[in-house]
Amino acid sequence: MIHPKVLDPLLLKEISTEIRKSVITTLSIAGSGHLGASLGLADLFTCLYFAILNHDPDDPLYQDRDRLILSIGHVAPILYTTLARVGYFPEAEMATLRKLGSRLQGHPGREHGLPGLELSAGSLGQGLSVSVGRAIAAKMDNESWRVFCILGDGELQEGSVWEAAMAASHLKLNNLVAIVDRNGVQIDGKTENVMALEPLKEKWKAFGWEVIECDGNNHQDLLSSLQMTNQFVEKPVVILAYTKMGKGVPMIEGDYHWHGKAPSKHEASLFLKQLKEETG
Amino acid sequence: MSRKYINRGDRPTKEGFGEGLLASGSRHPEVITLGADITTSVGVNLFADRFPRQFISLGIAEQNCVGVAAGLALEGKIPVFATYAVFAALRTTDQIRVSVCYNNLHVVIGGAHAGLSVGPDGATHQALEDLAVMRVLPNMTVLSPCDATQTKIATIQAIHEVKGPVYIRFGRAAMPDFTSEKQLFEVGKGQLLHPGDDMTIIATGHMVWEALQAAYLLKKDGIHARVINIHTIKPIDREIIVTAAQETGAIITAEEHQVAGGLGSAVAEVLAAAFPVPIKFIGVLDHFGESGEPKELMKKYGLTDLAIVKAAKKIFTLKPNL
Repeated sequence: MIHPKVLDPLLLKEISTEIRKSVITTLSIAGSGHLGASLGLADLFTCLYFAILNHDPDDPLYQDRDRLILSIGHVAPILYTTLARVGYFPEAEMATLRKLGSRLQGHPGREHGLPGLELSAGSLGQGLSVSVGRAIAAKMDNESWRVFCILGDGELQEGSVWEAAMAASHLKLNNLVAIVDRNGVQIDGKTENVMALEPLKEKWKAFGWEVIECDGNNHQDLLSSLQMTNQFVEKPVVILAYTKMGKGVPMIEGDYHWHGKAPSKHEASLFLKQLKEETG
Repeated sequence: MSRKYINRGDRPTKEGFGEGLLASGSRHPEVITLGADITTSVGVNLFADRFPRQFISLGIAEQNCVGVAAGLALEGKIPVFATYAVFAALRTTDQIRVSVCYNNLHVVIGGAHAGLSVGPDGATHQALEDLAVMRVLPNMTVLSPCDATQTKIATIQAIHEVKGPVYIRFGRAAMPDFTSEKQLFEVGKGQLLHPGDDMTIIATGHMVWEALQAAYLLKKDGIHARVINIHTIKPIDREIIVTAAQETGAIITAEEHQVAGGLGSAVAEVLAAAFPVPIKFIGVLDHFGESGEPKELMKKYGLTDLAIVKAAKKIFTLKPNL
């Protein structure tokens, strides 16, 4: 059965908070992993898996499902946590993240058998090309499912992303939705210092895409933006989702040092406390 | 077995690829060919003209082509992506490694204009490292057929028989076409083309013809060289190689590729572990190619029947007494 859609922003917000807690706890157990971007994407992933995507946790490969391609494999923790929360596998398994023999690899690896993974990925700049391939296949077979591809903003520095962007508009893939996590930071610092991306909206437009901008940490804004994506007839669409790295934990919000770090046990308990205070 | 192979006329192996592709497309709408601009020169144009709905032009964007191929394969299509081998295998190596091989997807990658024999274009376009790089990727099958006829058969099998990622290498220059479509061709199984017990010449691609000529020349001097065609570099046929070492006591490998990492290395890996015997490697020795006519280049870099004969006579004296 297709997972029922939750369309109440308040309810979605509560789910996001639970997911954030799980991300913090999981990464402190793992001892390594990308906390900042995973927290920043919690609201987007909640909206996608609980409100937007057609998918079935009991039948992960059913033909008509929407495909979610995670191009930025390093935010695997947010994908895994959301998949567990929505019912793909027991949440207890989160404790095995990054451990030997786990189905929860540091970056998604399908050969380890975790249900719900659409692509093994982690080398940046490849997911949009794979998404283009899947969207072409859907068009060829007159199928109505769509492809959602999650990209990082730093990842847009990879030239191959723009090869794929060019192909998607050339082929009029209106069944393809790219979502850029525009948190403005990458490992070395601010994207605009490391290698400037702006004017980003104009770049995507020039490549022939419809562009929607939204607050990637606001459930209402995310929902209305995601719901708009199926109304374009000739063009692929990109959502520039402005998020805050570390969202939900004020002491690390926007701090690029938390891009690729996991919290210690002590830090994790502080973060969980702050998260609780923030959300009441 | 001891029949002499006759050249029915020189043909580029890329023609075999084009024919195999064409034969694979009819009644198989799931076979999708991707174009990276140079479709005519790699033999994809025939397919594109005949099956326009099974052809996608993606421009000069090889990395994207490989990712798109992976996406198509995830949806049950059989994507075939062919361009010059230097780009097909080397510019796209990370995409092949992660999107194709790590996901273990049945994507067919055609490496055209491989080897020195591409000629006047010079070093940038002469793929001499593709077999080495493709061979080390987990899940990958690597094919290097010896003439146009065999390339056709290998292409059809790459598309319809092989599971998982497959790389097939072929060339541009017209070269002897001497195998038969009726000859048994099995991926992963070497072919014994010429009998002999004094030594074995193990060759791949264009060098198989040179190896046969070398064996015919050696016979006149009373040296009986066995000739084996290794058309599948990976998985390599260990049995035929070890048996040859045991029965003939000396090995010469011959390839239009860097010796490092290619057929020579693959054979040496097998024999070093199973049955070490003296080996001589015919191939390019850690060097880039250059402009020139195919035959001139093959001669300059020692990729000829005469070079094999010379190596054979030398190794004959090194052979341990069995």
